[in-house]
Parts: sequence; C-alpha cells; structure tokens
Amino acid sequence: MRRRLSLYGLTFSLPLLIWQLLFFVFPLVFLIALSFWTVRNFRMQPDFDMVNWTTMYGRAVFWQAYATTLTLAAGAAVLTSILAFPVAYAIAFKLSPRVQRWAIMLMVIPFFTSYLVRVYSWQVFLSDAGIINVMLGWIGLGPYGLLNTPGATLLGFVTLALPLVVLLQLFSLIFIDRTLIEAAHNMRCGRLRTVFAVVIPSARVGLVIAALFAFILSFGDFVSPIYLGGGDPTTLSILITDTTKSGQQWPRAAVIALTMIATLMIVAYLAVRFAYRGRK
Amino acid sequence: MTITIGAGPGLSRRAALALGAAALATPMLSRRAFAAPTELTMLAWYGHAEPDIVAEFEAAHNVKFVPKYYTGGDNMLGLISQSPPGTFDVILSDAEYVQQLNAAGYIEALDPADYPFDEFFPEFHKFPGHWDGDTLYSVITRFGFLGVAYNTDALTEAEASTYDVFWDPRLTGKVGHFDWHLPNLGQISLLNGNPHPYDIDEAAWEAVKEKTLSLRPQVGGFFDYGGTFSSLDNGQMLAFAGIGDWITGTLERNGAKVRSVIPEQGGLQFTESFSIGKGSAKADLAKAWIQYITSAKGQAKSAQMAAYPCIVPNQKGWEVLGAENPAEARRQGMVPGAGSAIDMIRTGRIQYRQLPVQQSLEDWNDFWSEYKGA
Repeated sequence: MRRRLSLYGLTFSLPLLIWQLLFFVFPLVFLIALSFWTVRNFRMQPDFDMVNWTTMYGRAVFWQAYATTLTLAAGAAVLTSILAFPVAYAIAFKLSPRVQRWAIMLMVIPFFTSYLVRVYSWQVFLSDAGIINVMLGWIGLGPYGLLNTPGATLLGFVTLALPLVVLLQLFSLIFIDRTLIEAAHNMRCGRLRTVFAVVIPSARVGLVIAALFAFILSFGDFVSPIYLGGGDPTTLSILITDTTKSGQQWPRAAVIALTMIATLMIVAYLAVRFAYRGRK
Repeated sequence: MTITIGAGPGLSRRAALALGAAALATPMLSRRAFAAPTELTMLAWYGHAEPDIVAEFEAAHNVKFVPKYYTGGDNMLGLISQSPPGTFDVILSDAEYVQQLNAAGYIEALDPADYPFDEFFPEFHKFPGHWDGDTLYSVITRFGFLGVAYNTDALTEAEASTYDVFWDPRLTGKVGHFDWHLPNLGQISLLNGNPHPYDIDEAAWEAVKEKTLSLRPQVGGFFDYGGTFSSLDNGQMLAFAGIGDWITGTLERNGAKVRSVIPEQGGLQFTESFSIGKGSAKADLAKAWIQYITSAKGQAKSAQMAAYPCIVPNQKGWEVLGAENPAEARRQGMVPGAGSAIDMIRTGRIQYRQLPVQQSLEDWNDFWSEYKGA
C-alpha cells in the first residue's frame, strides 16, 4: 500500500520535477558556468576565470543600471498595485456575478495583443506631436517631453503588469470572508476604514503576490525602457544587450542575468515572508 | 504491321511505343519545373530576402529563400556560432566582420573570376577585409555613407553640414543615437580631426571620449533599428548621429521630412558583402545568387531595396538604375560626375567604418555603455 502511494505521488510530481530540471536548473547551471568563460576574438571559450564578475561589478555603469532598474521596478509594483486595487475591489464587491465574468474577460483581453504593439501605441499618445500634447495645446499648455523619459518607461511597465495585477488582486478579494466585512460595518466601522482594517489585511497574501509579479515583470522588461524610455537611463536588460551586441560578451551578460535572478529570488523571498507574516 | 491511330496516317508500333515512352518521360525531364522549390538560407540584414529583391531570382532558379535577419555584426556572429556548419548558404556581412567570419572558418573561399569585378569601380576590386592575401571571401554588393541625419523642418542642410550641430542649444534633448558605438564614436573622431577615425592613439581616444561625454546633455535617446525609424518619423528626434541615408532615404521616400548630409568633417562608409557559408550543400545556388545580385540588373534592384536604399559598386548598375529610376539615382548620388558617391570617396571625404585599431573593441564598447549611463 505504501509503495502504491508513492508511485501515485510520483506520477503527478515527476513531470514538474523534470520540467524544473530541464528548464530551470540545467539552464541556470549552464548560466553560472558561462559566467566564468572567456571571450577571445569574438569566440567564447570554456574557462574558469573571475574576470567577468570583477569587470562587471567594478563598473559604475553596472551599479547605476542596477539602481535604476530596481527603482523603476519597485515604482511600477507600487503604482500598479495602487491603480489596480480600486478596479479589483469594484469587480469583487460591487458587480453582479454576470458583470464580474465580463469584467474578468476584459482584463484578459490585453493579453491577446502583443505587448510590443501596445507599447508602440503609447508613442502615438506621448510624442511631442502626440495626442496628449495636442489636447494640452487646446488649453494653451505644452508641448511637454513625455516620450523617452523614465515616466514613460514606468507607464510601459504599468501597461505590462496592470491586467495581471488586477486579476491576482481580484482572486484574493473575492475569497475574503464577507462576514468579516459585515461585522466591521455592524461595529460602525466606516467604508474606508473597513478597506484598510479588514479588506487589505485579509487579502494581504494576494495583494503582495500581485505586487511581486508586477516587480518581476518590470525588472526584466526590455521593451518599455527601449521604446518608451529611449534607452535612457540604462537598465539591466539594456546592459545585457549592450554586452552581447559588441564583442560577443555573453559571459558578462551571464553575470548580469545571474545578478538579476539572485535579486528576484531575494525580493520574492522577502515578499512571501512578509505576505505570510503572522499566519499559521 | 501497321496500326492506325484515330484518323491519322499510319503509325508503326515502334513509333507508337517511342511516343508513349516520351510522353511518360516528359514529367521526369521537366521535373525541376514541377519540383518543390529548393530552400536557400540567407543570414542578412532585414530586407535582403524580401520579394522586391529575390522574387525574380527565386522564379528563375526555382528557389525559395529562407531568411534569418540580424541587427548588427555581433548579432550575426552570435547566430552563426550557435548554428551547426552549413546552416546558412548565403551570408551578408559588413566589411569589418568578414575577417572575423573568415578567421572563425564560417565562410568559403570564392573564385574572383565568377563575379563581375570588371564592372565594379576600381575602389571595390580588392576591398579591404574581403580578401585574405589573394583569396577572396566576400563580394561587395552595396555600401552607404553615415553622416548627420536631420529633420528638414528643424534644420537647413547648411546647418546640418557639421557634426557641431549636435551641440546646438535648439537640439537639447532632441539628438538621437543609433545605439552602436562604432559609427557614433567614429563620427566624433572625425569631428576631432582624426584623418583615420578608427586608428587613433591613446591621447586622441581620450579626446574622443571627452568630446562624446560633452554631448550627453543633448541626447534624447539611444535607439535600435525600429526606434530610430519611429523617432525620426514622428519628429521626436530632430538630429541623429550614427546613421545615414540607409535610414533617412527610406523615410524620405515615404514623405517624412528627414534627410542625411555628409558634413564638412567627412562621413563614414559601411559596406555589405555576400559570402557563401562554410559547409553549404547548395554552394552553386549561393554562387548564382551572388552573381545575380552583383550583376548590373541585380545591383539596380538592390539600390532601390524597399527596406533601405544603398549605393552599389557596379558601374553598369548605376547605368541601369539611371535608366530605370533617374530620380533615385540622382538622390543617392549614383550619377557619374562631381558630387557623386564615388567622387566623395575619391576626394577623401569618406572613411571606412572599421573596428578600432589601437584600442580593443571592448574599450570602445565599455566607454559607450558608460556614456549611455552618464
């Protein structure tokens, strides 16, 4: 009986294990090995040399790009969460089940369109002669430089993450025990206070995970920093392309990529720990 | 014995059998005409395997090009190094990367007699980098100049005729860079008065870095191929470093108010050349393609490529283009005489874009990253 149980368990867990080994562990091990290789005359050679690590970590531009990327991704996570919450709240608590289903479908629709296309369409709005500046011109304002700015990059990140964050927040809000909200109201707790004292703490895990996803997506994004930010300032994803674009420095790109992976793992660990703090 | 077929004259059994055999053999004889097209793989910049360029050759040789497009020489080297030998039958490369391709053993030696060098301008008979001693590895097919690209509403041609225009206060935040260090730093090197912009000593290199850093407050962005097109087209950037008519020519043809000019300090020249990939199983077809595209007819077609126009090295190609599309021939300076493309090379206004000679490519690339992050 015991053997049958473990075979049963393996049947379901083995595909996941194989998947993780093939598509996460092996590539990661290769990436680590690659970071110690050297490049001579445009050709990578297996080696064990720390030069890529010392070179990248010794460059000011790397740390500037790191700080920029971290700040932008954190900003995108906060901004997206703030923008998404009223939408998710309204869908969860104010709409009928039928309208809820339509709203969820509307949240999924952006995924049908290429992210690159959505980002390019922002250029039509943000350029000097774009829709926003034209409208501002009608009331005697502008034109303002909106495109090729960090603000535009942030907008691209929000475009990327918002639908997913709304959905993740929504699924955590929907499952809140409504009796807790009713109890708060019965105890004369105002609507706003109920949101902060009951709803948000109850949905904390989902809200934090949603923000974490926004951070992860933004941290590694290449499209918005290039097409909305104009590649200025440099982010880590741009730095990766810079290092590979000239001289075939894939080992150095591996150093940047590994630093990004380590950062994401630390952030994810801290976020999950915070999300589940005080829970048993 | 004679058998009679239909109402026709008598036909011997032998003749009838021969006729039947011939009828049965006809599809075999014309098999090539009915066969599925042979696939010819091409590694190139975007546009080289598009219908406007390859359709005629494909029809004539029952070939179907399978392109793999890249952006930049390093990207190309990366794609080849990650592919098994023989993956690419035809490889397009910028001149500075042909030597790398050859050193790595990625391309076949070619027989110069197979290609129409006698029709080429003398400057392109033995183009640097395409030969290793007396062995040919790549045949030049197009070239272009890099100078100052500008918005014609914002600047006059006279104003744009110096690299100093990038520092014009009117252009603060409106100067764009094509995001590749070689053309940009080469142009600053020209501005600093270096006659050989890529062969400079340490003092001159430091001066180039200092001058480049002084431009940083003017810069509105660093753009890839697509971003360069869109930011010039929508007027977001009013002047651009590191590019030339290969970008603005395409936009200008479509009505955008942009143009390129070779400034007084001189311009840079890039080249594109075709090689046959090492281990190609279709080397004969690849050779036929290179012969076609470097012929006068192919050259006229190539000069007008929809993706991006370029100047061609075949003199007879200039003649065909002049007859087919005189306006485009004039626009690109492919009309013999003073001010023509070849005249600019001969008068020393143009320098070849190449890899840095006295510094490593890494030095230039590292500085470029620092400049972007400054």
